[in-house]
Amino acid sequence: MSALTASRHLLLIAFILYTIGTILFTISVTGKKFRSKEGQQAGRRLGGVAFAVALLGFLSQVGYFFSRWKADGHVPVSNLFEYTTFFSMMMVLAFIIIYLIYKNNSVGIVTLPIAVIIIAYASVFPTDVEPLIPALQSNWLKIHVTTVALGEGILSLSFVAGLVYLIRVIDQSKRSARTFWLEAVLFVLICAVAFSAVSAIFQAQGYHVTFNWVNEKNEKDQLTYHMPAIAGPYEGEKIAKDSDRFGPLFEAPSWMNGKEAPRKLNTVIWSFIGGVILYLLIRLLLLGRRIGWALNRIMQGVNPPLMDEISYRAVAIGFPIFTLGGLVFAAIWAQEAWGRFWGWDPKEVWALITFFFYAAYLHFRLSRGWEGEKSAWLTVIGFIIIMFNLIFVNLVIAGLHSYA
Amino acid sequence: MGREIICECGYVNPEGTILCEACGNPLRDDQTKPILTMRYEGGARRSQTYQRTIIDKIWNYFSSVKVGIALIILVLIAMAIGTILPQDNAIPSDDPETYYAKQWGAFGKLYVKLGFDHLYTSWWWIILLGLLGLSITVASIDRFVPLYRALKNQRVTRHERYLRRQRLFGRTQTDRPDEIIAKAKEVLKEKRYRIREENGNLFAEKGRFSRWGPYVNHIGILIVLLAGVLRFVPGMYVNEGVWIPEGEKRLLPGTHGKYYIENHRFVLQTYQKNDKRYQKALDRVGAVPKNFQSNVTLYKAKDSAILGEKPKLVKVKDYKIRVNHPLVYDHYRIYQSDFRTQLYKMKFNMVDKETGKSLGTFAVNLINPKKTYDLGNGYKVILEDYLPDFYFDKSGKPATKSNQPNNPAFVFKMVAPDRPKGDVSFVGIQTNLEPLGKNKYKIAFNNLITRYESGLSVRKDMTVWVAFVGAIIFLIGVAQGMYWNHRRVWLQRVNGELWLAANANKHWQSLKKDLSVLVDKTGLNAPVDQLEQKAFESENGRGLAT
Repeated sequence: MSALTASRHLLLIAFILYTIGTILFTISVTGKKFRSKEGQQAGRRLGGVAFAVALLGFLSQVGYFFSRWKADGHVPVSNLFEYTTFFSMMMVLAFIIIYLIYKNNSVGIVTLPIAVIIIAYASVFPTDVEPLIPALQSNWLKIHVTTVALGEGILSLSFVAGLVYLIRVIDQSKRSARTFWLEAVLFVLICAVAFSAVSAIFQAQGYHVTFNWVNEKNEKDQLTYHMPAIAGPYEGEKIAKDSDRFGPLFEAPSWMNGKEAPRKLNTVIWSFIGGVILYLLIRLLLLGRRIGWALNRIMQGVNPPLMDEISYRAVAIGFPIFTLGGLVFAAIWAQEAWGRFWGWDPKEVWALITFFFYAAYLHFRLSRGWEGEKSAWLTVIGFIIIMFNLIFVNLVIAGLHSYA
Repeated sequence: MGREIICECGYVNPEGTILCEACGNPLRDDQTKPILTMRYEGGARRSQTYQRTIIDKIWNYFSSVKVGIALIILVLIAMAIGTILPQDNAIPSDDPETYYAKQWGAFGKLYVKLGFDHLYTSWWWIILLGLLGLSITVASIDRFVPLYRALKNQRVTRHERYLRRQRLFGRTQTDRPDEIIAKAKEVLKEKRYRIREENGNLFAEKGRFSRWGPYVNHIGILIVLLAGVLRFVPGMYVNEGVWIPEGEKRLLPGTHGKYYIENHRFVLQTYQKNDKRYQKALDRVGAVPKNFQSNVTLYKAKDSAILGEKPKLVKVKDYKIRVNHPLVYDHYRIYQSDFRTQLYKMKFNMVDKETGKSLGTFAVNLINPKKTYDLGNGYKVILEDYLPDFYFDKSGKPATKSNQPNNPAFVFKMVAPDRPKGDVSFVGIQTNLEPLGKNKYKIAFNNLITRYESGLSVRKDMTVWVAFVGAIIFLIGVAQGMYWNHRRVWLQRVNGELWLAANANKHWQSLKKDLSVLVDKTGLNAPVDQLEQKAFESENGRGLAT
């Protein structure tokens, strides 16, 4: 078996183990709800098993990482698939550390499914082994990218704990702005699931439709969609062979100038539609009640101050690591490769925005006493900024970091 | 100096002091809460004390954390706006106004109009950063000074009211206080507390340096901002670019005529199509570059005595400049940043139009062309005029846009034994005109020879180290303030009792752990967490389930 095949199997195993871990953690926490002594003990034991499964999953993912390294011939963090996968691994690592300190099962209920979603999201990008362009041929690739991923992973964990906190404390007995926004956050996570599901379905069918269009560099080009075209390229036309394929219903606006922007817009629309369907299905299963309500029931046993503390601790550790990797190491490498340690490239700017945002978080918390719910909402915004930098800046805004 | 406040203990405090710097006695009547507010040790903050003059008001404004956070958020929003469209240094055009309008329509026009295309060099952005720097400075000084004074001047023996109103407080009736205090000293010493004694009372302190963390990290940030300012100081920062064709030698711009560089060869390597490992990816994306490299020699100019004379060059070193591997010498760094191909030579044949027979071949150097090309047997070509970057100007006449051979055109005179005056021919890419009537001979294009030009950038940045040091100081400050905490324990004799009080600036759990060991080993009564007790009482009072 080649290293590449091995790495693929190991990643799949990690994916499955994380899924099983999610289920076990959920049962372990809902089991506690009965409040009987046996129920609690069984829950604790099951939580231990769930953690062991998650740990195995993590080890399997570590195995993926090193076998992929062997297959690549360089550290596997050089394209969107590899980086995103590595980021999920760092998030799980942060979870493992937090679990060892606090022995808390409820963090697992949210971390593991998010790790699963992120791996699924990553797998939609090309997974071929790619050679390194000259700009990436440096030891700093290892140092800079892995430190950033670790920092972002830990900061994401603060979001996870913050989300658990919000799920637990927001009063679901009546509709309010808070229930709405919590539901919105959950909806976005469901859209991410839908994105992976829709991509997997059409990929399995081998669906494609190709357009002739004028690309962002004003060159005549062809653009292939792997999902039915809802939004077509601006002034694009289907090639003769595909003329009987579905769509497009409308054209992408001309000002969208990212690389292959119309295809990405189309994907976003599909994810949104899939998300809505999935969301409505779940609400139907819950007899119309909010998903936040259902999760709130599951999380009844959660200790809110503990979640608040975990969330803060994660920022306290993640913030300097992110600063080191995303700004300091980044600047050293930029100096080495491009001759300037700072150049206002979009990716750099968004790293600095992340830095300033968490600096504001710490000032709110330490100086103005924002604890509990307020600071939990801040961690949600922080996670959105990190995801924005990971997804949008690479895909939508053109810059020096658009390697994928 | 304002009005000083003299405490019961005799210590003279500056105006605005809330808790006596020496004994902790609450000096203000409004300090009525059961637990003392220990922020900044109740020291006299300038911003909370003086509100009279304009300077006071400005000081107070910038010392506020609220204002600081507001500035951070403004900086954040401005930065984000700057990434909506590329900045003007990242567009392939020198004319932002038309480029943005063409690419992004009305929005692009507006973006340029508001100056967002060069946001990070705009005056208001610089001012915003300046205000942030001011806020950090003022807020830090406003808090650091009183905090430092209070912690430096604190005495071992504290006022009873100070002790009683600490969050952790307990009393113990005992007839052997000396023994307990001796034991406590031993226990706390083992826990690495610094111990001070006075009048049989004990004061133990640990991790005071963590209180300086925020000020250290703010100094780090200010140093990084300073690095940004230093760029504008002459000599600190050089950023130039130069194109050098293969085989040529050029002065390195920005080095004040001190250094020259010769480009021997530019090397472009791509990954092999049949590379097994990357085959799939290469099939998908096409050719992927593997290496950009310029083989160069660096020369230093010897000070020449005569002005205007070509300097004598001394070889410094050979180097292969690659991406990620710049040539470093004398604070200058030379980077491989670009390459392009240049039309170098054009080969032509002189042909007899009737017979089609070639009468000889000649090559024109497009950078530095010769005037006359002798083909032998009495045949000769004279280059009458050369337009390296040919176009028709406004009046419809042939002209050249630049001296780069982007679109070379030539006026040749072909001299032959039977045409001693010569036929004139205008030759360009895909044009061949006979402006002065019918010719017997023509110039036929034979071949084109190109060569690479390396795009090198020359940098000198003395601010890098300043920024780097600032960043490291910042990180040290963050760790210092966040990963350690400041703990203090007071053990004092009051009316035949032993009073135990303790304070932590945060993370009370670690302090409580220390105290539980202390209590275990000395037999003191465990201190009560008055904050938790208060919360407990109020919850019970409201009849909430616990």
